[in-house]
Amino acid sequence: MNTPLRKVGIAMLVMVVLLLANATYIQVVKADDYRTDSRNLRVLYEEYSRQRGLIVTPDGSALAKVDPSNDKYKFIRTYADGPMYAPVTGYYSINYGSGGLERSEDDVLNGSDPRLFVRRLSDMVTGRDPRGGNVKLTINPAVQKAAYDLMTQKGYTGSVVAMEPKTGRILAMVSTPSYDPNKLASHVGKEQIAAWGQWRDDPKKPMLNRAISETYPPGSTAKLIVTAAALEDGKTPDMPVNTAPNVKLPGTQTTLENYGGAACKGSTLKEALRYSCNVPFAELAGELGKEKLNATAKNFGVGEDLTVPMRVAGSTLGPLDSKAALFQSAIGQRDVRLTPIQDALLSATIANNGMAMKPQLVQSLLAPNLSTIEDYKPSELTGDAAMSSANAAILRDMMLASEENTKGAGKRGDIQIASKTGTAEHGNDPKNTPPHAWYTGFAPAMDPKIAVSVIVESGGNRGLEATGGTVAAEIGRAAVNAMLGGG
Amino acid sequence: MSTPLADPASAQFATNPPRELPTRRGTELVLLAFATFIVTIALVLVEANQEQELTSSIIWLGLSYLGVLTAAHLAVRRWAPYADPVILPCVALLNGLGLVMIHRIDLALAERAIQQGKEYTPDVTKQVLFTAISLVLFVVVLVVISDHRTLTRYGYICGLVGIVALALPAVLPSSLSEVNGAKVWIKLPFFSIQPGEFAKILLMIFFASFLVTKRDLFMVAGKKIAGVELPRARDLGPILIAAAACLGVLVFEKDLGTSLLFFGVTLVMLYVATERIIWVVLGVGFFAAGAIIAYNLFTHVQQRVRNWIDPLATYDDAGGGYQVAQGLFGLGTGGVGGTGLGAGRPDMVPEAKTDFITTAIGEELGFIGLAAMLMLYLILAMRGMRSALAVRDTFGKLLGGGLSFALVMQIFVVVGGVTNLIPNTGITAPFLSRGGSSLLANYILVALLLRISDAARKPAARPKPQQPQAPLAEAHTVMVQRPSANGEGSAS
Repeated sequence: MNTPLRKVGIAMLVMVVLLLANATYIQVVKADDYRTDSRNLRVLYEEYSRQRGLIVTPDGSALAKVDPSNDKYKFIRTYADGPMYAPVTGYYSINYGSGGLERSEDDVLNGSDPRLFVRRLSDMVTGRDPRGGNVKLTINPAVQKAAYDLMTQKGYTGSVVAMEPKTGRILAMVSTPSYDPNKLASHVGKEQIAAWGQWRDDPKKPMLNRAISETYPPGSTAKLIVTAAALEDGKTPDMPVNTAPNVKLPGTQTTLENYGGAACKGSTLKEALRYSCNVPFAELAGELGKEKLNATAKNFGVGEDLTVPMRVAGSTLGPLDSKAALFQSAIGQRDVRLTPIQDALLSATIANNGMAMKPQLVQSLLAPNLSTIEDYKPSELTGDAAMSSANAAILRDMMLASEENTKGAGKRGDIQIASKTGTAEHGNDPKNTPPHAWYTGFAPAMDPKIAVSVIVESGGNRGLEATGGTVAAEIGRAAVNAMLGGG
Repeated sequence: MSTPLADPASAQFATNPPRELPTRRGTELVLLAFATFIVTIALVLVEANQEQELTSSIIWLGLSYLGVLTAAHLAVRRWAPYADPVILPCVALLNGLGLVMIHRIDLALAERAIQQGKEYTPDVTKQVLFTAISLVLFVVVLVVISDHRTLTRYGYICGLVGIVALALPAVLPSSLSEVNGAKVWIKLPFFSIQPGEFAKILLMIFFASFLVTKRDLFMVAGKKIAGVELPRARDLGPILIAAAACLGVLVFEKDLGTSLLFFGVTLVMLYVATERIIWVVLGVGFFAAGAIIAYNLFTHVQQRVRNWIDPLATYDDAGGGYQVAQGLFGLGTGGVGGTGLGAGRPDMVPEAKTDFITTAIGEELGFIGLAAMLMLYLILAMRGMRSALAVRDTFGKLLGGGLSFALVMQIFVVVGGVTNLIPNTGITAPFLSRGGSSLLANYILVALLLRISDAARKPAARPKPQQPQAPLAEAHTVMVQRPSANGEGSAS
């Protein structure tokens, strides 16, 4: 019986060799596939135990940092002024992953960025716990706070974006109502789940970053694009315009009318922008045509793929496939959709002599020891100016006139703002739905330091009577004042 | 090599100088201490990585584990002095690593329970208790069965008890026999047992004793069909009935893993007894046919096969590849070197403490650790197989071969299952997995292997020193010697 026993012994050997070969296949050959499978939560969990980097403002104060925690994750993410900065920082949650900047700059924050490789290696040798790099933002806390405080104080749903026209640096990015990312970072599972569920089911969508992820009809702020295109086409601010209270849309029986159905108070292009008459711009757009409008809009950034580094939703003028469409699109209705950040880019581009700068939220990436890994340099968005600097100056003067005509609180004699308001109809029954109130502008008009755009959804607290001037202007001016006037 | 016990008077009759075989008990003790050392280090690593406070209690735990094993070692020294010195240390290391791993997963699950505000009772204390009980039973088996050949007398009783034990859960109402969908339990007021684990050993004893008495008939008697000599139905009858009964029972209990184990072991014992490969070929043929029929009849078999072909594709299905996929994720994350003991997330795999404990080892100790664990099993089984080769009686050879093969077969089914080499079937890893029945049964298995190895290495002529040791008579003496005589002789 020894012969078969020996053979069984060999069979046993073969069985173990088979197991070893299969284990080699899984743990060596296929290991990376399994390790990085999106359904394998281990790597994610691993990261939560690492000392994640900070998100800091230019003056060095931390918006997101880690505190030591006594559980197995070792560290807990905490956010200073969570709701105010949530659209900027995003969130970092064990159950729900990450969002916003936490996600876009994840590689640096968690320390896996290749540029941190040497440091990781030395951490490994010295036995020091690996740490993530830091992200320094372009945010100006004063502007952010002024805008956020006023928006929440009034109970507005909407967004405020402010940027530096010459560099594209984002000074403020506010979205209200907001949420507190601290609750999602909590290590208490129940708290995370409750917070997430509450915000997900909230019809006001507090976790939506309205500044970059939502598009709206821009209303009369779109007239800036039409005006720029017209000036580039050789029109002058003094050109006479149609003062009729309404105009029939070509090829239809529908009419397009001025605000309140009134005749235009001015008879030149400049006056038309000042009083935001609709008829002249509709006719102007019809005359300019699709190509010219699109070309100008493109250099303002409309339709560009923007990342700040979070992905920005696409803005568009729509198909513009008929004269009627051109008429309606001229006043920021029909299929025109802009993100608030794109709306801010309109003012910023005019302020920067017609050249759009790429918006950026990250000033620099820092290693854990605060040495710089990468400094972001301002760059031109498309490389082509939306208009000549002479035309930009003309448009600036037209916006100064518009600001002069715009009501609302927050005006200061010492700060000269160039602006444009917008009141955008939306919804299935536009005439009976409170309009979106817009305000976009820059200051100081002669040496722009800040460009801002404000949208207050559905009329804020003014209902159907809301206009960009009465609702949104005050907030835009507060942001400008915080930057230039010390609050 | 000269020995003071050698009798100068008898030496002149011996062709070889009489020498005392070393018992190697010292080797065993050193290996056991080494195993305990590794287990203690493993425990320290777990505690350190889990941020537990390192206390002197770890040393006490290590020492008490060493103490329990020393007791087992002393029992072996007393009642099976010539037993293989490697078997017990292998078992000690596997069992110790299992305890550490169960403790480690306990820590993770306890923390999760705290987060969810639930109560959690750790399993490891129970498992430690079972280890102690198992070792007591281990010693009892060594003492009671002083000669493995006595078991041949109880072959049929073992077979009957084994089949009844195996069938009992299938007959009992689900409330008394079902845990997590597997109807393989007998739930008693204070504890539950899986009778199949014990039936495994009882049935092997039955097969061995049956085949020993009937092997000649298998080899000569019977008709020849298509060049294959088949035994007479009345000779084959009992074994067929027994095999069919266990397979039937297992199919009804949906316990595919144990069924596979039984099948493999039966086939191997039949092959060893008859020395004819045709039995294996026939058996595999029957198995293939049975597998195809089962696949067509049972949806749960079809699901298992789908999960086997691509566990990631059926990840989200109910009863799909989620568990296997989680195990693979763990193994992949562990890679070659592992995440380190206590630093991985083996608790993310469902049933990490039982069927999937080998993926926990693969995750935290990596391929290196998993391979080392497989080698430990292989060494254990190979030492058993060596004893089977060396032992002089056919029953011992058959039983030893069967028990050794059963160890490897179990590990093949469970590790092959969780690493997706074969379809995953629920089965425990011997000595590692949580579970009292499995631990008790496998300790009995090892006690029997030690008994056989003791018989294999024991100098045959020692019981009667006056009798000259005639060289050629030695082998024949064993064949005719009555079992009781040998047992008394060694005890004197």
